[in-house]
Amino acid sequence: MAAGRTTGLATGGRANTPASGSPLLGFVHRRRRGAELFLLVLSLVIGVGGYAAVGLGVDGTVPADIIGYGGWLTALIVAAHIVIRLVAPYADPVLLPLVATLNGLGLAVIHRLDLAYAARGRDTDFAPTQLVWMTLGVLLFVATLVIVRDHRVLARFTYTLGLSAITLLLLPMMPLIGVNRNGARIWINIGSLSFQPGEVAKVLLVLAFAGYLVLHRDALALAGRRVLVVDLPRGRDLGPILAMWLMSLVVLVFQRDLGSSLLFFGLFLVMLYVATERPGWIVVGATLFFAGAIAAWQTLGHVQSRVDIWLHPMRYYRNDVPPFSDQIVEAQFGMGWGGLLGRGFGEGDPTRVTYAESDFIMAAIGEELGLTAVLAVLLCYGLIVERALRVALISRDNFGKLVAVGLASVFALQVFVVIGGVTRLIPLTGLTTPFLSYGGSSLVANWVIIAILLRISDQARRPLPALSTDTEDADGETTQVIKL
Amino acid sequence: MSELTFFLIRVAYLAVLWIFVLSAISVIRSDMFGARVPEGARPRAAKPGRAGRQGAAPKPRRGSPTHVAVTQGSNAGITVPLERAPILIGRGNDAAIRLDDDYVSTRHARIAASGDQWFVEDLGSTNGTYIGSVRITQPTTISLGTQVRIGKTILELRK
Repeated sequence: MAAGRTTGLATGGRANTPASGSPLLGFVHRRRRGAELFLLVLSLVIGVGGYAAVGLGVDGTVPADIIGYGGWLTALIVAAHIVIRLVAPYADPVLLPLVATLNGLGLAVIHRLDLAYAARGRDTDFAPTQLVWMTLGVLLFVATLVIVRDHRVLARFTYTLGLSAITLLLLPMMPLIGVNRNGARIWINIGSLSFQPGEVAKVLLVLAFAGYLVLHRDALALAGRRVLVVDLPRGRDLGPILAMWLMSLVVLVFQRDLGSSLLFFGLFLVMLYVATERPGWIVVGATLFFAGAIAAWQTLGHVQSRVDIWLHPMRYYRNDVPPFSDQIVEAQFGMGWGGLLGRGFGEGDPTRVTYAESDFIMAAIGEELGLTAVLAVLLCYGLIVERALRVALISRDNFGKLVAVGLASVFALQVFVVIGGVTRLIPLTGLTTPFLSYGGSSLVANWVIIAILLRISDQARRPLPALSTDTEDADGETTQVIKL
Repeated sequence: MSELTFFLIRVAYLAVLWIFVLSAISVIRSDMFGARVPEGARPRAAKPGRAGRQGAAPKPRRGSPTHVAVTQGSNAGITVPLERAPILIGRGNDAAIRLDDDYVSTRHARIAASGDQWFVEDLGSTNGTYIGSVRITQPTTISLGTQVRIGKTILELRK
């Protein structure tokens, strides 16, 4: 089909019959920057309107700093939009508005939680800090778009990226800078700043996997021998990627970060499957996953208590000794109380849930804005994943395809694991809700993910250069065919 | 403020949220297949007189390639300046780079510029055009030193 498209697009109007090829022949992608601007205005209404609605609901007045806050948010979003217009004019028009909406809504909800904590006598400044992190995120977004003009350049740094990902994952184990919080050792402290290097490592690992797989996918798919029903690739082809992945997994298990291990495992599997087109990987992966999960459940105490809390939350509610299930139970109560339309900003009691601003922000949204808003947020996530997969479909080079698929699956898995945990569909494992949760490292890393996706989509949607102008068949002599 | 006002604010906020989601979906829907190119929108390619200018060489800059060289194969050593772009490669008499290679088609591939980038495009040859070990299926950017293999011949851009 690709060859057909080339001639179809390139021969232009010269006795061209588009009907003779694929139905996509007569189409080019439009830039749609105007549509993006329209959606961005709506997303700003949601962000700034949410901030105002929080003030109205809690204090009865529109907050005094609404101009400053709204102006700041608008400036960030408009800056991102202008940069896209300048350096990636063909990029996907929906991704940035979706992200801006989620980020704006998240800021409003975090501001609401700040006010709720203040009413309980606990002074927090989560929302202003989050706004600073968002600024940093947008700056990095702009920097990524401006510096990386062609995403294929990134494929040159496969091993560098893989190595730095593992280094980043190891950083929290270092004695001086690593800190242990809530049983997981995944943070580093530099001065007063704390950072979760795993979030950045996630992006780097996707790039490293993609760079490796794009070179070795044929060898992985075709060379090897059959064991039982699965064709296993040769060790030397699978070795480096397996080492990369095993190291990241081992590090995560030692840091007791279940959510991220799950994320990396799923990412590795999806990318391997997409690169090799072998359904066998899904079978192998699912088997390994269930075996690993059962082994972890039987041997690791904290995994066991997570599963128990998931199955029998009320048994551990207001317990005297650990494990406690108050967090998840209060979240269920909150979402149940919120119902279809929610209590309204200021009418709920979201801070009954511990970590309502980070892992459990969906519970706060469900309580004060109801199922209606939760579904809208879930749809936004679904659309982001859809756009990323779309980028992968239309991308012209395999590296771009693999990176887009990897980033889409990271996003999808993360949303599934955390929201599934909060809504008690699956046992809870701590991960941040992308763009909504309070947490700088995750926010910054996700802005970079979006920048990379936009860069690939810009390359993919840009019309092909019209090169052939004369392709009439003039083969006089016969060409000898290479015998394969 | 009354209870009703709060209720209306809440419903209005949820409505805006959903309006956003639905407009995003409608943008995606209209974007699904891109825009159909109107017939009149491609006048340049349609006019044979100007068609020859398509893919013509950009103004040379420092550090940009100036000629194509055949580095391997029976015609190794041939160089053709890029000012003559678009450059046709093949076994035919009208080719700018004529290759005596049985595995090369009469009109095999061409090298042309778009913007300040150089592209190689396969013209439906029998044995294909390769960059590295990958057979190209559409115009592909090449830069200085990228090895383009055609049959048993290897070409590259040189300064």
